[in-house]
Order: sequence, then structure tokens, then C-alpha cells
Amino acid sequence: MVELHKRTGYLFLGLMIAQVLLVSAQVQTKKGTRVLQAVTFEVFSRVESGTASMVRGTRDFWGNYVGLRNVREDNASLRRRVGELEVALQQEHGLASRSRQLEELLALKTQATMNTLAAQVIAGNPDPTLRTITIDRGSHDGVVADMAVIAPGGIVGRIISPVGRSASRVQLLIDRSAAAGAIVERTRAGGVAVGAEGDPPLRMESVSNLADVKAGDNVVASGVDGIFPKGYLIGRVEQSDRGKGLYRTITIRPGVDFSSLEEVLVVLTPPRGAVRDEAEK
Amino acid sequence: MKTLVVIGALAGSVALQSSLLGLRAGGNQVINLVLIAVVYLALSYGPVTGMLAGMVGGLAQDTMAGGIIGIGGLCKTLVGFLVGVLGSQFNLTSAIPRLFMFVAATFVHELLFDALHALVGWRPFTPHLTTTLIQALVNGLAGLIVFYVVEKGPEAAQRRRMNSRASLSRRRF
Repeated sequence: MVELHKRTGYLFLGLMIAQVLLVSAQVQTKKGTRVLQAVTFEVFSRVESGTASMVRGTRDFWGNYVGLRNVREDNASLRRRVGELEVALQQEHGLASRSRQLEELLALKTQATMNTLAAQVIAGNPDPTLRTITIDRGSHDGVVADMAVIAPGGIVGRIISPVGRSASRVQLLIDRSAAAGAIVERTRAGGVAVGAEGDPPLRMESVSNLADVKAGDNVVASGVDGIFPKGYLIGRVEQSDRGKGLYRTITIRPGVDFSSLEEVLVVLTPPRGAVRDEAEK
Repeated sequence: MKTLVVIGALAGSVALQSSLLGLRAGGNQVINLVLIAVVYLALSYGPVTGMLAGMVGGLAQDTMAGGIIGIGGLCKTLVGFLVGVLGSQFNLTSAIPRLFMFVAATFVHELLFDALHALVGWRPFTPHLTTTLIQALVNGLAGLIVFYVVEKGPEAAQRRRMNSRASLSRRRF
């Protein structure tokens, strides 16, 4: 019975399709083509499109699967490589920065007429009241006490005793007991730059109230102390007020950033006192 | 015997239908004898005979009408199949169900016929329900008559023959 129903259904379907095809063969579309032809083309084009889509999908899926098989290893490898490159980049940055500093030092060295020696800061002072640093040059390199130490930004300080064979200590200009002969570059008003507590850490003393000193004026070494080379920048006037006595109250912002010193130049020209001592000997 | 009945019914209905072309209502023929024959055959012999008869009768009608060959065949194949299936599933031996089947078959056939013509762009789909209803009722009545004639006709003829033989015997004795 079921078989009969099935056969009846197939027969009905076959007859209907046959007659639909018969009708389609006689009817034309608005474009003039046969409906049968148009429908056949449409159906086959859909089938082709579907088949192509399936093939493409399968190929893409397979390709992606194959591509994904090694992605874990690739990912790990790439992560390692990125890590290495980041480290290398940091090193390159460090080198570039170092090169810049060295270039600046070299430029300074070129500018300087005196004989200088490049030195690296190897330590600071753990005692904040004594503002000194240690450099990797000593008597073996010709470094003696009271030699001036400079940096691209200006004067750093002077070598203080004792001087080691391959290292020496530098008293920074901002130390409370440090001092340097200074003049205001614009007006040539002279005085003494001394270290001070507070911010800014430099003060200019012994400048007459009559002197013309304004904020922003450059203060340079006068050279009268026999240590620091004349004309080298000490800093800029930050505040200049008329003092109670004879002298003005002047604060100076140092030209050197003492908090980030890494490379310095030691002026190998012996200080005048040392020369005199040598001559007296 | 069955094949002869089917062929005879279809041939006769097609021939008669072509001679009744002048009998129209609202542009449509008021009776569709081929459809009546198809429904009759489907109800009498089942869906296979119904759809085959519908296809043959419809194609013949299409050929004679000069339109698109296949649309009438398609409609009558579907109607023959549906009526045959329903006739095999339900008891349709009394007059009212048969009348309903004829009316429904006519409606389905006419609507499908118009829809297919509209689909192929032959003419717009504008079903004339009143005309279709008239045709459906006429078809239904004609179908009932056909059933009556076919089912009761031989019995009545035999009874008449029996009556005439009885009167002859009485005269002899």
C-alpha cells in the first residue's frame, strides 16, 4: 500500500513536472528567451554557484585548518622574537641616547681649547648633604685635584682629593661648600656662584645692588678662581632682587641637570694654583 | 474494461465539449464536460486514473482550444489527483459529497487555470467568482446526473427488460 502511494506520488510529480516543462517550452520571457531556457539556466547557475561556494568553502576551511595547525608554534616563536626585539630595541635606544650624549661631549670637546678627558659617572654620594659624584678616571689618567669637570650643559664641579688611581670624586657646583667665580654674561657683573639649600640650588653672591641683573640672564664662569674655564655656563638667573646690604640676592638655575649625569669631561688643564705650586717646587 | 471506460469517457467528453462551445456565461463556458469526466473517473477509480485522465483530457482540450498546451492538463492532473486521493480516503457515494467534490474541483480548476495563465503572462489574473460558481453548480449537477445514469442506468434497463419479458409470458399463457 505504501509502495503504491509512493509510486502514485512519483507519478504525480513526474506528470506535473513534464507538463510544467511543456508549458515553459512554449512561453517566452519579457526578454524574448524561452522560459524553459531561462529557468534551466537560472537553476543550473544556482547549482553551479552553490557548488562553487561549497568547493570554495571547503578549500578555505581546509586551507585555514592547515594554516592553523602550526599557528601555536608560530605564535610562541613570534612572541619570543617580539620579546627579543623589544630587548634589542631598548638596547638600541640606550645606545642611541649614549651616542647622543657622546656626540654632545665630542662637540664640547671640539669646542674646548683645553685638553679634556671623557669620564663616566660611576657613583653618586649616598650622603645628600655632600653633593659629590665619582667618575671612572683617576691619577692614572692624569687627573689631579681641583681640575674642572664640565658637561654639555655647563660646569659640573671640580675634582676633590683624594684622587684614586682609576677613579676620582667630583664636588658638584651645587654643593653647599662649592663656589666658582661667575659673571653675568649680559652685563659682565661679577660675583661668586655658590651651592645653596633649596630650589634652585645655586646662588650668586657678591653682586652689587647697582648691577643690572635680570631673570633669564646667563651666568658663566669668570675664570678668576683658576679652576673653572672662563666663559662656561653655570646657569641662568631665576630671580634677582635688591638685597638689604650692598649685594643683590640672586638665585641661579644650573645649566647642568645634576640628577641625570652620566658622562662628563675632565678639564686636564691644571688649575692655576697647581701650576703655581708646581713652579714653586 | 476500465481502460475502455476511461478512454470512452474522455473521448466523449472532449467531443461533446467542443460541440458546446457556444454555451458560455461571462466569457467562460458554462459547463466543463472534460472536468466532469475527470472528476468522475477519479472518484470511481482512484488518484492514478484521475491524474492520468486529467492529463490526457486537459492536453486534448488545450490542443483543441489553441492556447498554451499543458496548462489545462496541469490543472486537470492536479484536480484528478486530489479528487482521487480524497475519494479513496472518504466515503463519497452519496449525492451531497459528490456535488461538493464537483463544485470544489471546478473552483480549484478555474482558479488554477487563471493563475497559471497570469503566471506565464498570457492574461491578467481576474477570477470571475460568480461565473465560476455557476459553472461549478452546473458541473456538479451534471456530474450527479452522470453518476446516476452510470450507476442506476443499467439497473433500470434490466428492470425494464424484465418487465417486458414478464408481459410477453402472460400473453403466451
